[in-house]
Amino acid sequence: MGRNSKTLLRKFHQARWDEEIIFELSVPGERGILVPRAEDGIRAEVGDGISVIPNNLKREKPAGLPEINQMRVLRHFMRLSQETLGADIAPDIGEGTCTMKYSPKVQEHLAARHPGMVEIHPLQDENTIQGILEIYYKLEQFLKEISGLTYFSLQPSSGSQAIYANASIVRAYHASRGDNKRDEIITTMFSHPVDAAAPATAGYKVITLMPGENGYPDLGAMKDALSERTAGIFITNPEDTGIYNSTIDEYVKAAHDVGALCSYDQANANGLLGIARAKEAGFDLCHFNIHKTFSAPHGCMGPAMGAIGVTKELGEYLPVPRVKFDGKKYYLDYKRPKSIGRVRCFFGNTPLALKAYAWIMQHGADGLKEAAEISVLNNNYMEKKIREIPGVVVKYAEGKRRLEQVRYSWEKLMEDVGVGTDDVERRMVDYGLPHYFQSHHPHVVPEPFTLEPCESYSKDDIDEFVAVMRQISKEAHEDPELVRNAPHNAPIHNIPMPVIFDPEEMATTWRKYKRMKGIK
Amino acid sequence: MSEKKIVYPYIPNSVSTVKAQMMKEVGISDIMELYDEIPEHLRFKEKMNLPEPILDEYSIRKHVEGLLNRNKNCSEYLNFLGAGCAQHYVPAVCDEINGRGEFLTAYSGFFWGDHGKWQAWFEYQSLMGELLDMDHLSVPQYDGAQAAASSLRMASRINGRKEVLLPKTMNPEILLVVRNYLKGAAGSEIASTMIGFDPKTGLLDLDDLRSKISDATAAVFIENPSYLGMIESQAEEIGKIARENGAEFVVYTDPIALGMIAPPAHYGATIACGDLHPLGIHMQCGGGQGGFVATHDDMEHASQFKDFVVSLTDTVVEGEYGLGLVLPMNLSYLAREEAKEYTGTSTGLWAITAAVYLSLMGPKGMEEIAQTIMQKAQYAAKKIAQLDGVELRFSSPFFKEFVVNFDKSGKSVKKINKALLKHRIFGGKDISREFPEFGQSALYCVTEIMTKEDIDRLVGALAKVAK
Repeated sequence: MGRNSKTLLRKFHQARWDEEIIFELSVPGERGILVPRAEDGIRAEVGDGISVIPNNLKREKPAGLPEINQMRVLRHFMRLSQETLGADIAPDIGEGTCTMKYSPKVQEHLAARHPGMVEIHPLQDENTIQGILEIYYKLEQFLKEISGLTYFSLQPSSGSQAIYANASIVRAYHASRGDNKRDEIITTMFSHPVDAAAPATAGYKVITLMPGENGYPDLGAMKDALSERTAGIFITNPEDTGIYNSTIDEYVKAAHDVGALCSYDQANANGLLGIARAKEAGFDLCHFNIHKTFSAPHGCMGPAMGAIGVTKELGEYLPVPRVKFDGKKYYLDYKRPKSIGRVRCFFGNTPLALKAYAWIMQHGADGLKEAAEISVLNNNYMEKKIREIPGVVVKYAEGKRRLEQVRYSWEKLMEDVGVGTDDVERRMVDYGLPHYFQSHHPHVVPEPFTLEPCESYSKDDIDEFVAVMRQISKEAHEDPELVRNAPHNAPIHNIPMPVIFDPEEMATTWRKYKRMKGIK
Repeated sequence: MSEKKIVYPYIPNSVSTVKAQMMKEVGISDIMELYDEIPEHLRFKEKMNLPEPILDEYSIRKHVEGLLNRNKNCSEYLNFLGAGCAQHYVPAVCDEINGRGEFLTAYSGFFWGDHGKWQAWFEYQSLMGELLDMDHLSVPQYDGAQAAASSLRMASRINGRKEVLLPKTMNPEILLVVRNYLKGAAGSEIASTMIGFDPKTGLLDLDDLRSKISDATAAVFIENPSYLGMIESQAEEIGKIARENGAEFVVYTDPIALGMIAPPAHYGATIACGDLHPLGIHMQCGGGQGGFVATHDDMEHASQFKDFVVSLTDTVVEGEYGLGLVLPMNLSYLAREEAKEYTGTSTGLWAITAAVYLSLMGPKGMEEIAQTIMQKAQYAAKKIAQLDGVELRFSSPFFKEFVVNFDKSGKSVKKINKALLKHRIFGGKDISREFPEFGQSALYCVTEIMTKEDIDRLVGALAKVAK
């Protein structure tokens, strides 16, 4: 018996292994793996090798690691993997702002198994890594075309680090002009919070503009915030609500008028490929999340890649090295005196460049545009159905279309039956769906949830997702305790205190937990 | 809709009948109606200038394989490059686990549907805690450089001071990351002052340290083993000087050394940091890096972490393990610009991989591997030093890397490394530009994967090319 063909609901139960913490599996003397030992010929020359360690730097007691045979280690982590709802086994339509695309296996197999990728040292002679340098160089050309900006660097290893790198470039640009008054960055409440946090880490004061009725700040509010102290604006468009600011170029112009730079957080670029670009809106900098828009997997929170793009004028500030091509050979250019230096060792997360390169090569210009259009179509189709579910409301921009995602609200469900977004989120797992993304903080939209049915999901996937949400709303009205006490079919049950503030309750390592509980 | 249309395997609703049905539901007749909010002048009206697509899977595989086949790899060549990315053996179980689709394609799911991920992260923190003999870690950072940079900012937040002391022998790539990360806008910089070294031993110049440390010093930072490979035998004394002056003692270490070499906490480090890449992660041209930061569990330190910190907790069912999140208000997801520093997607998959590695190795495996590495590195150094025109630059004991000087051969490292390529050997990293004071020197790295035969092959090749 498969999924109920009328309700589209499935009788799901996730793996529940009741698995021990790894240390509890330890059996003194067991080995998980044997390691190479020095040959006799080496020992004869150098002895034990460790007597050269100064006495006060010798490890006196072996590390308190567990001792476990190999099969049990494997089984342990296999079980933990089964207790994880990755996008490969559960449609991850719910993680709005994250663009949980299908990460093609052919890319993964190439990146994770080909010795020409796996067994490469980043400091090898340029002549021996021409294939990788070519991928870097060509991906940069593709991203230039997709954004309209002039130069790219693939060194930053996440969207957040990309924004930090861009904030560093903004800082270096103003400093190089002797303009040291600029100590403010402006962002918006519905831009990703790292558009505030990364510039703050770079030393800036941050001004956050609140949304007006149309979902984004009024142009007047932006103009009021801008001054000769503004170093730059860091802004997402469409913002995390899916609402596109149709006058974005006027905000950019206003910022330019006071001498500020404009950095475009393109974490939400998926609906825009081939449709609208950073260049036409006038931005000076942008970044793409390679693990979102360009299909590389998210890997349990990384490794990731944030490709940063800049205008011609800002090219000299990009991190070192830059990958260049002299017509015959790809090479690395380190001679860049105005560069911000580095944000990451070596070249960043190289395998992700391979994956993005392959994905773009598989789709071409038409395919990329198709991905964008279908992602927006999927979203509009799903929005229509989600809006019909009792308890759901959508704030801002009444009557206007969202692009690739929508921030919804269970405000009405909370008012009507006292079931909120946390409860619904836990209940989803009981139907085989990974969690959804609520919203960053503060929750300006009350009881929020943000959905992004990108182009990877079929109509049927979306219909099933909607059916689950409808079912949970129904349950909330008929039997709210069922939802509040969820999950029921997950690896574990509800956690009374998932967020821990009390130092006495912080068991951040097993050794500390044992001390807290008095376990020997 | 009438034109011949490609159905993309990764875009299910590119099937024209399905697309038409959905457009009808949405109430549009032209797909571009969905983009009404984007005004004409902001639209890109041309077709993107991208290569013609390679549509079928076989052909894209051939195409990408063709590019990768152009690289020379460290299975076919003997590799003596390290400098922050060393070639260690990766147990098959590590690859098996991090290749699991459930882990590979999970993201930010919470404690229920992704319970396994959170447990693996907790185990990562716990296993690293044992290796480092410390109690408090977060999920990892981007790389060791970021871990070093964040550790220094943590130190500055802890004591409110605005200067850090760094060793002149520091890894130059990490230094570039740190320098940028300590900068502020409009004069809010944390200054970095470099401490010299003894030209003979390569170890920190304690007189220079004593003369430069002050009540403005937020942290004294050392690498142990150092970038140049040496074991910093004065580490305990350096820590004492740091703490006597009210500074944090931040030690960047190599986790694969810690089965034999004392972890930083044993010689007074208040913050330990480093890179995870030796722990079961392939080099991937530098794509296998991940950073760790660890402290003791006093709140002065433990409250300064900027990333997810996982805690074991209870569920409503007695005896059932659940996982939770510590001090989330420190994270920029919640605190925006008020956060300690920015956070984001980092290297969660490598945390799981490192946990698998340490679980396989156990205490015995970590001891043995550290010993094997030291024996093989010492053997290589000894044999290389016996060659004419070649000598070791420093006299100090080292872990897996050592500096080889070629001045007496009259040849540049560049030339020697080019010649070694013909012997299918990647010679040590040329550091003659980073450290001109060492002359024509290269940083050689030897790990457990090198056999006596491999090392002898290197020595034989060097004897020829350095003549």
